Amino acid sequence: MNIIEDAKQAVQGLVQGAMAKAVALAPDSWMPGGEPDPLIRHQHGHVGKPLSRIDGPRKVTGSATFSAEFPVDGMVYAAVVFATIAKGRLVEIDTRSAEASPGVISVMTHRNAPKLNPPPVFMSSSKAAGGDNLPIMQDDRIHWNGQPIAVVLAESQEFADHAASLICATYEADVTLTNFAVAIAKGTEPSLFMGQPLHNEIGDAEKALKEAPVAVDATYRTPRHNHNAIELHAVTVAWTGDTLRIHDASQLVAHTAWSVAQMFGMDEKQVVVTSPFVGGGFGGKCLWQHQVLAAAAAKIVGRPVRLVLSREGVYRVVGGRTLTEQRVALGADKHGKFKALIHTGVIAKTPSNILPEPFIMPARSAYASETMLLDVQAVELDMLANTFMRAPGEAVGTFALESAIDELADALGIDPIELRLRNEPEKEPTSGLPFSSRHVVEAWKMGAERFGWDQRSVKPGLVRDGEWLVGLGCATATYPYYRMPGGAARITLTRLGQATVDIAAHEMGMGTATVQTQVVAERLGLSLEAITFNYGDSTLPGVVLAGGSQQTASIGASVIAAHRALVKELIKIAGNDSPLAGLKPDEVASRDAGLCKADDPSRFETYASILERAHRDEIRVEASPPDPLETMHWSMHSHGAMFCEVRVNAVTGEPRVSRFLGSFDCGRILNSKTAASQFRGGIIMGLGLALMEETQFDERYGRIMNPSLSEYHVPVHMDVPDIDVIWTDIPDPHTPMGAHGVGEIGITGTAAAVANAIYNATGKRMRDLPITLDKLL
Amino acid sequence: MQTSTHLEISRRDLLISSAATVAVTGVAGGAIAQSAGNDMVQTSKVSFIVNGDIHNMKLDNRTTLLDALREHLHLTGTKKGCDHGQCGACTVIVDGRRLNACLTLAIMQEGRRVTTIEGLGKPGDLHPMQAAFIKHDGFQCGYCTPGQICSSVAVLEEIGANIPSHVTADLTSPVALTAAEVRERMSGNICRCGAYSNIIDAISDVGGMKA
Repeated sequence: MNIIEDAKQAVQGLVQGAMAKAVALAPDSWMPGGEPDPLIRHQHGHVGKPLSRIDGPRKVTGSATFSAEFPVDGMVYAAVVFATIAKGRLVEIDTRSAEASPGVISVMTHRNAPKLNPPPVFMSSSKAAGGDNLPIMQDDRIHWNGQPIAVVLAESQEFADHAASLICATYEADVTLTNFAVAIAKGTEPSLFMGQPLHNEIGDAEKALKEAPVAVDATYRTPRHNHNAIELHAVTVAWTGDTLRIHDASQLVAHTAWSVAQMFGMDEKQVVVTSPFVGGGFGGKCLWQHQVLAAAAAKIVGRPVRLVLSREGVYRVVGGRTLTEQRVALGADKHGKFKALIHTGVIAKTPSNILPEPFIMPARSAYASETMLLDVQAVELDMLANTFMRAPGEAVGTFALESAIDELADALGIDPIELRLRNEPEKEPTSGLPFSSRHVVEAWKMGAERFGWDQRSVKPGLVRDGEWLVGLGCATATYPYYRMPGGAARITLTRLGQATVDIAAHEMGMGTATVQTQVVAERLGLSLEAITFNYGDSTLPGVVLAGGSQQTASIGASVIAAHRALVKELIKIAGNDSPLAGLKPDEVASRDAGLCKADDPSRFETYASILERAHRDEIRVEASPPDPLETMHWSMHSHGAMFCEVRVNAVTGEPRVSRFLGSFDCGRILNSKTAASQFRGGIIMGLGLALMEETQFDERYGRIMNPSLSEYHVPVHMDVPDIDVIWTDIPDPHTPMGAHGVGEIGITGTAAAVANAIYNATGKRMRDLPITLDKLL
Repeated sequence: MQTSTHLEISRRDLLISSAATVAVTGVAGGAIAQSAGNDMVQTSKVSFIVNGDIHNMKLDNRTTLLDALREHLHLTGTKKGCDHGQCGACTVIVDGRRLNACLTLAIMQEGRRVTTIEGLGKPGDLHPMQAAFIKHDGFQCGYCTPGQICSSVAVLEEIGANIPSHVTADLTSPVALTAAEVRERMSGNICRCGAYSNIIDAISDVGGMKA
């Protein structure tokens, strides 16, 4: 081959490379017949790479600043005093000793707190963030055992904590309802989730169950849980004139700014909420009383206030996952085809919030069944409002459903994976919608092979290694794809070829900035170094919740919309002298720090050149994506197949998880390193759910009895074996980047996989979580 | 009608009484020097070394080492996750041994050498363990991370110094660097995001453990 041939090939290679690299504009909607996001076709760019976290150096050196770490001059420290009755009236609160205590500046109670509107409760409107709608320190009413009744403000935390211990309260108690069984006996109410009844019926399921040749019917119980993010809930707040600045640990900064503004009767622009790093959220880092108390206290003392809840304080003030009592009944023919699927039960909530734990969500889409009855009933207790915690509904719902399927497989003598595959639905049974992307069968097959499922003893209790009984179990994992309305993003592109994306999103460990930098770099045809991703500030565009595993889709769609606006603007200012002259936005793609004609990458001009000719230093656009109509057209979910090996000590009953594999189908994986970490993290929280986690609630007095990390057990290093995670990496053509959420799927199915493995090891069926050793003796 | 005060005896109150015991034995000399003519001694002078710098401070006797680092020296890399010695987020290295900074009073550190996460390395000049945590994604939110890293560094030294643990099977031969040894020794550092497997990978990498 001569030099000319080489050069020709090289040029050809370059053009082909450029074709492959150019990114066309993403469709601005994900409707039937629409074009998939062109990033899906990009297999060799930044997306999908195991890029290490760009904020890693800050996090490992302690230089990432969390909410209690913003230095403010003249700051006052706060300590909170909590009510000790479940319901009633504060007759007297004696604060004199506290006020006279050294270093104390003021004590705030309902007698001197500024007048505030009640918090807008989450899901009551688009920007509402409140955990409940109860007035905050406005009157003498007590609504739960642990409600804040006073805030001491002092020159140091030591002074504040000591003075708080001197406050004496006298109560008049009302008759309370704090017992779940008593409340159920009094009657339950149907419940709503996101405005829809938690109820589905297909045919007559009870009749079909009675007539089914093989059936199982059992009750499963899951206790209350707390998120227990290691960062304590903390705020540093300061009033500057009429502006309130809140350094918060938040997974919803824009919602919080709006909601706090409503409470103080201010314009939402007067409340600035920032949260650059969140030390774990899991659903718990939303708007509770502490932020509002700190802001009110700062107003009283006329100085900035830092309020860090104690670990006990977090349990008193921040809600957790509620308890459930679930019935699952399955009827099948002799081949295992489901004739009836019944998943019903009761949860507890409060009169002041609107979140019933929607445990029937998995059953709505996971399996085909001739008949179905799904229903969630609610009772209301006098307790701290419950809230969403990692995979609300699915985490505990899959425990019951997937345990029942294992029980049915056992009754039928059919392998539990085979039973699931025999009931694979063609479309979502309850809605009739087609699936946007469902490859759970592939996940099952990949996982079974890798885990060595064929090594499982069909009969339980037969495999023994010394004094340890060994068993294998499996379960389906499932969590919906969500994209909530309210996204928006701003892109600023400079003549130097640097792009900045601004969006009020959050980083609580998901790797938001890292992953979005990869996506934005690829979409704009820029290097990673050319991208700045700003987030965690309510003054930035968008109302984006870091929850429901929806943030990646929400940011992705917002950036797509802003990118489209950017390209339109670039073509406009490029003018007639540009190689891009006459092209429409849909004919244009990004590559190599510029734009080109999508099907002719040689018609190309760099961003720098376009801006220079137009005498512009920078160009700035902001846009919002269309409403998430994709979820109206398809049934959209992340999927997974979970495999667990346990060892149960035959003498002590101690259960140990010795091996775990998660095989996932979650669309395109955007960063294989951070996604694997989220999968593992979810599974580990699922191991806690299965084996140790329980918020112990005193049903006589409505008080949480174990408000500490020594009494509420979470998994530690010694509890966690090697966890293997694999995935299909099949993009969903109907989502931004082809991705599904990965933050919550890991906790779903895990508890059932553990319980089913314990059954396989011991022959004992565990239907009440957590599965502690006393239950196995 | 029910009457109650704030029920829990604060941990600080308990620590005060233990500090008083220490003062009587003469360890915290500053507290004794100040006690004359003052019926309620609030503060004491103390000097200790943090990351190589000597700090002379006058502190509330109740101030924990953790709060002294965070609120007085503004070394906020050391984290508060429970303030009760249950989570390990506040782990620092004092005179070569790891310690929960929330479980010791600042005035008990007279003359001691404290190493915090800021003393191990900085962005651009990372300690090998910090670099390994990034490489193996040994964290997510990053809040427990400084404690995990300080603990990891000390754990390798403890194993190197042949200090046995609960899972050390044979006390007569040198302690081996195994996954079980590391898991056991690291179990005082809780990571709620669940980066445990990746943390073990990072420690194994730095410690030269065979996979």
